[in-house]
Amino acid sequence: MSAVLQSSEDVLLPTRRVVTEQRVVAILVGLLCLALLVAIALPLWALLSKSFLNANGEFVGLANFARYFATPALVQSLINSVMVAGLATCIVVPLAFIYAYALTRSCIPAKGLFYALALLPIFAPSLLPALSFIYIFGNQGFLKDLLFGATIYGPIGIVMAQVFYCLPHATMILVAALALSDGRLYEAAAALGTTRWRVFLTVTLPGARYGVVSAAVVVFTLVVTDFGIPKVIGGQFAVLATDAYKQVVGQQNFSMGAVVGMVLLVPAVLAFFVEQILKRRQVALLSARAVPYSPRPERRRDTALLMFCVLVGGLVAGILGVAVWASFIKYWPYNLSLTLSNYDFAEFEPDGWQPYFNSLKMAALTALIGTPVIFLGAYLIEKVRSAVLGRFFAHFLAMLPMAVPGLVLGLGYVFFFNAPWNPLGALYGTIAVLALNSLAHFYTVAHITAVTALKQIDGEFESVSASLKVPFWTTLRRVTVPICMPSLLDIAVYLFVNAMTTVSAVIFLYGPGTKLASIAVVHMDEAGAIAAAAAMATCIVVTAIAVKLLHLLLDALLLSRLQRWRVRTG
Amino acid sequence: MRRWLLAAGAAIALAFGTGAAEAQQRTRVTIYTALENEQLAPFKQAIEAAVPGVEVVWVRDSTGVITARVIAERENPRADMIMGLAASSLLMFEGMNLLEPYTPAGVDALKPAFRDSTPPATWTGMDAYLGVICFNTTEARRFNAPTPTTWQDLTKPEFRGRLVMPHPASSGTGYLMVAMWLQQMGEEAGWRFMDALHENMAVYTHSGSAPCVQAARGERVAGISLDMRGARERTQGAPIEVIIPAEGTGWDMEATSIVRGTRNLEAARRIADWVATRQANELYSRFYAVVAYPGVTNTPTNYPANAEARMFPNNFTWMAENRERILAEWSRRYESKAAPRN
Repeated sequence: MSAVLQSSEDVLLPTRRVVTEQRVVAILVGLLCLALLVAIALPLWALLSKSFLNANGEFVGLANFARYFATPALVQSLINSVMVAGLATCIVVPLAFIYAYALTRSCIPAKGLFYALALLPIFAPSLLPALSFIYIFGNQGFLKDLLFGATIYGPIGIVMAQVFYCLPHATMILVAALALSDGRLYEAAAALGTTRWRVFLTVTLPGARYGVVSAAVVVFTLVVTDFGIPKVIGGQFAVLATDAYKQVVGQQNFSMGAVVGMVLLVPAVLAFFVEQILKRRQVALLSARAVPYSPRPERRRDTALLMFCVLVGGLVAGILGVAVWASFIKYWPYNLSLTLSNYDFAEFEPDGWQPYFNSLKMAALTALIGTPVIFLGAYLIEKVRSAVLGRFFAHFLAMLPMAVPGLVLGLGYVFFFNAPWNPLGALYGTIAVLALNSLAHFYTVAHITAVTALKQIDGEFESVSASLKVPFWTTLRRVTVPICMPSLLDIAVYLFVNAMTTVSAVIFLYGPGTKLASIAVVHMDEAGAIAAAAAMATCIVVTAIAVKLLHLLLDALLLSRLQRWRVRTG
Repeated sequence: MRRWLLAAGAAIALAFGTGAAEAQQRTRVTIYTALENEQLAPFKQAIEAAVPGVEVVWVRDSTGVITARVIAERENPRADMIMGLAASSLLMFEGMNLLEPYTPAGVDALKPAFRDSTPPATWTGMDAYLGVICFNTTEARRFNAPTPTTWQDLTKPEFRGRLVMPHPASSGTGYLMVAMWLQQMGEEAGWRFMDALHENMAVYTHSGSAPCVQAARGERVAGISLDMRGARERTQGAPIEVIIPAEGTGWDMEATSIVRGTRNLEAARRIADWVATRQANELYSRFYAVVAYPGVTNTPTNYPANAEARMFPNNFTWMAENRERILAEWSRRYESKAAPRN
């Protein structure tokens, strides 16, 4: 219906403005595609194309694949990966859904605090939960009896650490999905005397369907591609990502590493098409006539949800707290006296505190460039009608990085940006290329967040603007950006925090003088200075939390200024 | 939006500005290294004192990561030199024609095993590192595990599920040990020994130093790991003994090379000269028991005595040539079965 209206409007409108606006769209979409090609597709291809070459760079067709699939251990890794990822997804998504539901659809107190608690894990390098779980459940752990003799080194440890690590990603997407909804639907349901359970099944759940599937897809691929956790706590439970590590770092066999990288891309490509199918069914929830839903207090529901949030948030904080505590310990487990000496990084790390400041600079750069680019990109993909092919292509590229293990993306950057013919070679080894790499690495979740937020705004805003002869950029600036400001801030914080903590992609890319704090954590851990590693990780966590607090403050300010429409007055 | 862009522009300028400001009169020599963190500062100081006009810039990472990185950058090398990297990695680079031939002045004074004997010489040995057993005496008492003195001792039932070693496909140290057992015992007996060892193994780690860290922290009773780490964990207060079994142990050496295509060839050559000096070797011996220069001996604190006598005569060429075959067999025996142990 609206598509028909739209095309008839196109015909009726004076042609000149339409043409220029379309041209602007075409140029912008073109630029977006180019940027995504340079940041994501070309580096990836630079590495993945090696899966068809032998060690001497000669083309061997599918021989590497044949050899890889002939290895019996592969099938096991594949099964292990899918099993662990499936299990983690089944645990995380319901947890995150209830949590996000409590944050958006109930009247529990201290929502900001609970949201921040759920986001805590992304403030920490993934090494940190693995360290914590070893301190808690390892053979010397103080709660190891809770495992009833089972070992933390293996699938149990991986799933536990992954649940912790993925919770914020899922929560973020689901909060975006549940945040906006049309209050009129609930009023209608209430007026008809519909039971709460039925309202949940027929209004809430369908409305959040896109978010739930996105969250599941994100968690699944995150678990499949992460190698940090299985490396530290997985024992000999082989998964695909550690297979890639074994090939590349253990045996310097890039061809086979690329083969594993290709196998890892399969879930992402599948996920992309699932998402495309789903997208067609999703209807915008927030039509132009919508009234934002605001929950009313309800004692029993609120108490139950509050207890749930206290439990989950408390566990998250506790796990992180163990690592912070460990950073003050002299020598676990034989000398538990407390000390500040682990924070004297010059003792453990030749560059002292420098990596920390490098990380700050890099993370700020990632957030400052990434947020406008990602949001504008999502807007073009979601809200603009022309340049169909370009938009589809851009969306596909945007969904790709999530499926790529950092190791693969990082090596791809080495091959692409260090190639003698590449004019961008000057960037190699600089903070800028590290920022670009982090942006590419974390593009997908930020993109999904932006798209999810945008999907909930009715396309009628654009239609009305078009019929009022207002160009789309004015609508974007005056309507869309202000409505989406909370999501924009979320994206900025997400990028900043992930850039602070990322390891696997940048470990091949840092140059002299651009070592990052997260890499220093890995190095100190490898050197056996576990407490110092925990200390540096604690600095990262504290910084990220400070940024988050700033975010909350800004959010509060914005909410009072730009988001006044959300509050119903009379 | 405009303010965002301005801020972003400022941030970019900041990122580049600092890079430009660092340009100095001295020649910056970028050295890729797998030396331990704590060694970097004294090494830098010593090199800059010995070779005036040179500024050393390190890029440090684990052996596997540095090796992968050098190969990944082969089209356009970024390092001027490689220092303190396993000789097996440097041999691989030599085969790829990535190293600049150079024979440092005074290299003839070094022990023969630490010299590149096949001309043109591309690497200079510095020190040797050994595989050792880190044995946690506190935990051993709890489980009545006897102090191992031979490799076979590790197959005793007291160690079941309490042993840890590096995965040979992930870690150079792991492969070093597997290759050593096969050479020392012969293939058939070597595999039989590893079958028995596998019964006791809790986990194969992805890093060569992790097993000793795990043993030091009482996660395991014994870990097969790197010598350096054992000595240091003990110095830090871990209740471990660092043991080299009587039959001898696997080792590799750390060596230095100049990267082909460096823009600072002259400075790199002078640093390579320094690497072969007695003075430099005295620095190495602060950290390693076995160094290239004859007569320089110093056993670092808590380092096992008799290390040099117990170095198994490793055949590096055999190790390199049989790697793929051995790893495939290893994987077939110990990885393909479903049930993860421990």
